Amino acid sequence: MKKPFLVLSVILLALVPRPAACQSELKFVLHSEPKTFNPLLVEDDSSESIRYLTGGVLLRVNRLTQEVTPELATHWKISRDGRTIDFDLRKDVRFSDGTPFSSDDVAYTMTQLMDPAVHSPTGDAFRSGDGQVLVKTAGTDHVQVTFPAPIAGLERLFDQVAIMSAKSSQKEMAVLGPYYVAENKAGAYLVLKRNPYYWKHDPSGRQLPYIDSVRLDIVQSQDTELLRLVRGDIHFINSLNPEYFQKLTSQNPGMAHDAGVSLDSEQIWFNQVARAPIPDYKKQWFRSTNFRRAISEAINRQDLARVAFRGYAHPAIGPISPANKFWFNARLHAHPFDQKSSLRRLSQDGFVLKDGVLRDREQHPVEFSVITNAGNKYRESMATMIQQDLADIGIKLNVVTLDFPSLIERITKDFNYEACLLGLINNELDPNSQMNLWLSSSENHQWNPMQKTPETEWEAQMDKLMHEQASTLDENQRKKYFDEVQQIVWEQEPFIYLVNRDALSAVSPAIQNVQPAVLRPQVYWNIEQLTLAPQIAEKR
Amino acid sequence: MKALRATAIAFLVLVALASIFASFVAPAHYAYQFRELPDAGPSHQHLLGTDDLGRDRFARVLYGTRVSLLLAPTAALISSLLALIIGGIAGFVGGWVERIVMAATDLFLSMPWLFLLLTVRAMLPLNTAPILSVVITFALLGCLGWAGAARVICTDARTKRLADFVLLARASGHSGIRLLWRHLMPNLKPVVLAQFWISIPVFILAEANLGMLGLGVAEPLPSWGSLLRELQSYPAVSGQPWLFAPLLLFVMVVGSFHFVLRTEESVL
Repeated sequence: MKKPFLVLSVILLALVPRPAACQSELKFVLHSEPKTFNPLLVEDDSSESIRYLTGGVLLRVNRLTQEVTPELATHWKISRDGRTIDFDLRKDVRFSDGTPFSSDDVAYTMTQLMDPAVHSPTGDAFRSGDGQVLVKTAGTDHVQVTFPAPIAGLERLFDQVAIMSAKSSQKEMAVLGPYYVAENKAGAYLVLKRNPYYWKHDPSGRQLPYIDSVRLDIVQSQDTELLRLVRGDIHFINSLNPEYFQKLTSQNPGMAHDAGVSLDSEQIWFNQVARAPIPDYKKQWFRSTNFRRAISEAINRQDLARVAFRGYAHPAIGPISPANKFWFNARLHAHPFDQKSSLRRLSQDGFVLKDGVLRDREQHPVEFSVITNAGNKYRESMATMIQQDLADIGIKLNVVTLDFPSLIERITKDFNYEACLLGLINNELDPNSQMNLWLSSSENHQWNPMQKTPETEWEAQMDKLMHEQASTLDENQRKKYFDEVQQIVWEQEPFIYLVNRDALSAVSPAIQNVQPAVLRPQVYWNIEQLTLAPQIAEKR
Repeated sequence: MKALRATAIAFLVLVALASIFASFVAPAHYAYQFRELPDAGPSHQHLLGTDDLGRDRFARVLYGTRVSLLLAPTAALISSLLALIIGGIAGFVGGWVERIVMAATDLFLSMPWLFLLLTVRAMLPLNTAPILSVVITFALLGCLGWAGAARVICTDARTKRLADFVLLARASGHSGIRLLWRHLMPNLKPVVLAQFWISIPVFILAEANLGMLGLGVAEPLPSWGSLLRELQSYPAVSGQPWLFAPLLLFVMVVGSFHFVLRTEESVL
């Protein structure tokens, strides 16, 4: 009697559907649909996220240490003239579709990257001069790239270059990164699955990444994103604004992560363009170093950080944030809030404070406007606070919020503005990425762009130093040159730097091994090392 | 019904008086930043707490009410007068004139007025004082808001043109401007008044919408639009019910206007 019962039990057990092996899925939100999956054409944040999660690169900047680490290249060497870089490639690596990786793929990617017809924004950083980029392969695991002119900080630029397959029929969808795009529901969500051929393994020999898939929901509203995080629907928010962060800190302190001061800065500058349609006496004010420094000293940066950013920002020092470990000039300090000193500087230029109104030598009351983009609460708050600070020294500041296209029109085309308050979102550590900001001939030299010859001595000096740092390969020497640039900017204050925001993020306790960094992508920069707590992963 | 109407009117008068005499009623200037007390809750010093820059919210509500409550009726007056002239004449003359004017009105109604407002605002001189920028914004709202009312008035004027009292006036030898001015216009008064009252909350809302986009009244001057902007985000409002005070006041004022209007209509 026992035997038939045993057989029946075995059959029944076999028929009962068993749950599939627990699949871990990391979930977070993209604020817009990625515009492209081609890693060479990435311009928007969402595409950048996909590139980071799926793309395999030769070298990677470690977001925590800010040092360059080997990835698909095991070794690299830059020639003395700074034009050539040699890579030894990792062997036995395959794309997500199984196609073998070789030097031909690197050559193909570099050729595509530098092809003017492709218009690759990533490639722009490599365009050092006129001429062709030469790519030579030697065997399957060695490649040499030669640029027409030296590029300082060359190896860091490869952090953005995801290698594409020259042979795969899947084209850009065949990837070398930890994940590949498995599903894309336009406007709704994307699912990335673990790359079965990913080359990285942990010390115990287990293939990375640990998490099986990543689901990216497209959600525009940050309100919804925060609610979904608190509800447990998503695992993290990469970047939070101070208001949301403060709320989260009070409700779920375990989720809030402040990685400290970020690379982003907020600044105000005066229009110094000679042909700008503003009165001459105002141009004279704005071109005076004393005037700019006086305004800078009259602004209470501590209050800006504490009130406008709820304490999640720091008074800015100069063009480079202290978060940029190597390039920041540590000898500089934030300009103090000192209204007496400010008035002393103004009096040196003939300004007089009488009956609560500051007047210049010709008795013009000091009044000017500052434009900023409408809808940016933090900038509007800063402008309003600066308005009160300047009112204390008799200056009338008019705050004007404009829609972004109108603002850009004013600051880049007709120059019909007096002062502007905007921010700089900085992703790059190397000062070469700021060449277009500091060279007087550049379009983005915002206080006085496109100068035929430098109009001031200090701008001429800055041009010289920027060119010298860009043509020197010795990092320490470059640092010296760029320290001098920072010093000049600190003294002359063409940009009055206000605050550096903190890098704020929110992470569910369900994720382990998270080390939020100030560099993007703050939370998932070490995506292959992240794990989900087993019981929580199972529940999800 | 009368008691409710009286209550609504009394409420509107009270709000208007409080906003007009805001400098006496408010505990602090609307622009002054108590930077040690940002985002404070209600207290004896700050009845409705402070905003994110530490400005007294009660003072800002009072001054904001003054701006919105004084300028919205002005804008409504401008739009109602324009509607009366355009719609009244079109309805009175009739025929191809009416068809052309109404086609133009339809075209005007279909225009994206928000972009026009944005453009005009972007073209204003940068050193325009905040109060002047507000006046210009409301004047523009008034100039752009006539089309809907003009359609209603035109229809009424057309009906009245064929009414017995107009026929009688014509028979008595009245024509042209005299007929329009003495006989038709006075009889359009109820519908014009209704359009005027309806327009006030519409313009308040329009300014609030501009304020929500950050393109309303310039800082530091408050308006209902800029006050309602505080309610834009979830973290700002959760657990802080006093932030809804401007919204409550706004709803009560607009509701009172509608109530007065309804009873006005029934009286007429």
